[in-house]
Amino acid sequence: MARTLFGAASESAISRQPTPREFFYDRMFRTLCFVGGALVICLLTYIIYKIGERAVPAMDSYGFGFITTAVWDPGREQFGVLAEIWGTIYSSILALAIAGFFGVGMAIFLTQDFVPPKLARVFRTIIELLAAIPSVVFGLWGIYVVIPAIRPISNWLHDNFGWIPFFETSLAGPGLAPAVIVLSIMVLPTVAAISQDAFQLIPYKVKEAAYGMGTTKWEAITKIFLPTASSGIFASLVLGFGRALGETMALAMLIGNSNLISWSLFSPANTLASLLASNWPEAGALEQQALMYAAVVLLAITLVVNALGTGIMAFSKKQTVS
Amino acid sequence: MQENFYAVTHKAPDLSHTFKERRTLRNTILTACLWIVALIASVPLISVLYMLIVEGGARVGLDLFTELPPAGFEQGGGFGNAILGTLVMVALASIISIPFGILGGLFLGFIAPHSKLADVTRFIAKVLTGFPSILAGVFVYASLVLAMGTYSALAGGVALAVLMLPTVMLTAEQAVRMVPQRIKDAAYGMGCTKTQVALRVVLPTALPGILTGIMLAVAGASGESAPLLFTALFSNFWLGSFTEPTASLSILIYNFSGMPFENQIQLAWAASLVLVAIVLIFNVLSRLIGTRKV
Repeated sequence: MARTLFGAASESAISRQPTPREFFYDRMFRTLCFVGGALVICLLTYIIYKIGERAVPAMDSYGFGFITTAVWDPGREQFGVLAEIWGTIYSSILALAIAGFFGVGMAIFLTQDFVPPKLARVFRTIIELLAAIPSVVFGLWGIYVVIPAIRPISNWLHDNFGWIPFFETSLAGPGLAPAVIVLSIMVLPTVAAISQDAFQLIPYKVKEAAYGMGTTKWEAITKIFLPTASSGIFASLVLGFGRALGETMALAMLIGNSNLISWSLFSPANTLASLLASNWPEAGALEQQALMYAAVVLLAITLVVNALGTGIMAFSKKQTVS
Repeated sequence: MQENFYAVTHKAPDLSHTFKERRTLRNTILTACLWIVALIASVPLISVLYMLIVEGGARVGLDLFTELPPAGFEQGGGFGNAILGTLVMVALASIISIPFGILGGLFLGFIAPHSKLADVTRFIAKVLTGFPSILAGVFVYASLVLAMGTYSALAGGVALAVLMLPTVMLTAEQAVRMVPQRIKDAAYGMGCTKTQVALRVVLPTALPGILTGIMLAVAGASGESAPLLFTALFSNFWLGSFTEPTASLSILIYNFSGMPFENQIQLAWAASLVLVAIVLIFNVLSRLIGTRKV
């Protein structure tokens, strides 16, 4: 009796065992997904291999001296990227100092109840939209807005404080200062977004405990929340640094592309990425090989920095959660 | 007794912060500083948008979309071919990157989230999101442009696809992970294979999240310029085939921004306005899709 009832029910039920064909499709699809996942690893390996392969001739002829000399002279077939490495790291550090200050400030501002949620969303959208503006548009804006705006200030600084190495040259047009300002604006969203995550990961009970002891908001922030979120903030800075190192078009338009090593904020400079962008279109065969070598240097620097940042972020998430 | 206890301590602790205390004063000053920081951080976006509307808006007209870029001292002109080129290359990039991105996202978030391969893939995808876009261009130049012997829209599309892939994949993973376990369990309980669960339950449920990621990736790719310099280059003519140099809005802006002619600079601003409009449309779409269902 019960058996027939059960049998009758299962007759009309939609649940059943997968057919062999469905098992077969299942295997196929899983393999396909596997391939999709493995593709990224293959892609990165292939990228490194392909760029490396093109750079081999230049690596053979210039060797390690490529990194320690600061000439770029296609006419005499002499190439070295020391000035570009200096420009890349110097501009990125300066931009990161500005973006770090504003980015972390913004993260505190948005996560620690300084503004009502609706207004916070407006500010958050503004920062996120900043990330959406294309690099070339920032470059154009830099040429026609930032450079004219900072020229009087930089000339005043140069006239009055010219003895300080940072101000020893005057701003002729493109230069490090406008490039750094625009670069910091472009890095700001990265720093702000990741530090916001870090602040939001702080357990609520920590907040309650801090305020329960009668701290002011800022005592709680500086003495408790900042140290708790510090590894996440550090990750945001490292990843922002990675962004800054690889940023190309805005810098190619603003930094002046000249092969100089200088402390001066108003002197033109160059970065690896903007060297690639601005010299590529007119480069001959030999210069192209040298540019490929420069691309390898850039690839190595950014991969190390990004891997470091991603690692720190994973570590900090694990640490805060546990 | 009880009443007595309250009587003794009826004076509540003073919890108010007055400005006589230095710490309260510092709190107020720092809060004010933070407001200033937030307002300064908002200035660039407003300034960029203002300039785009004032400088670029002045030139907006139908001829921008139908005419070709002017040369030298020529007046007028537009950048219809650049708009078309940008859209075509972004479409190519989407066709290439979206299927792989979704498959990879399913792999990371559903098929084998805790496997060794997934850990490595996730790490590399995150590293690739911070990958300098110009290197994607250099890579495609070294592999595809040299093999084909010409700069092309196809190469441009591939370079943009390399940049889109990690974004699509990681956001797809997040979306797939959000699918509640009980829904998946119900499907398994009915005798579904993992593939059937993935295709009929997980993907449809995660679709809004996946679309959000795709829109963001598309928005990012439309604004890219550095990789196109190495792959699509530029062209002053309409797009004829996928295997010839192709114009794009971003390269047009780059080329025209440094020119000494007023007409070209105006066009660069107008092109920026169009480019930002395209990017923002995709960005807003991603927000709309993202907020609708979470």
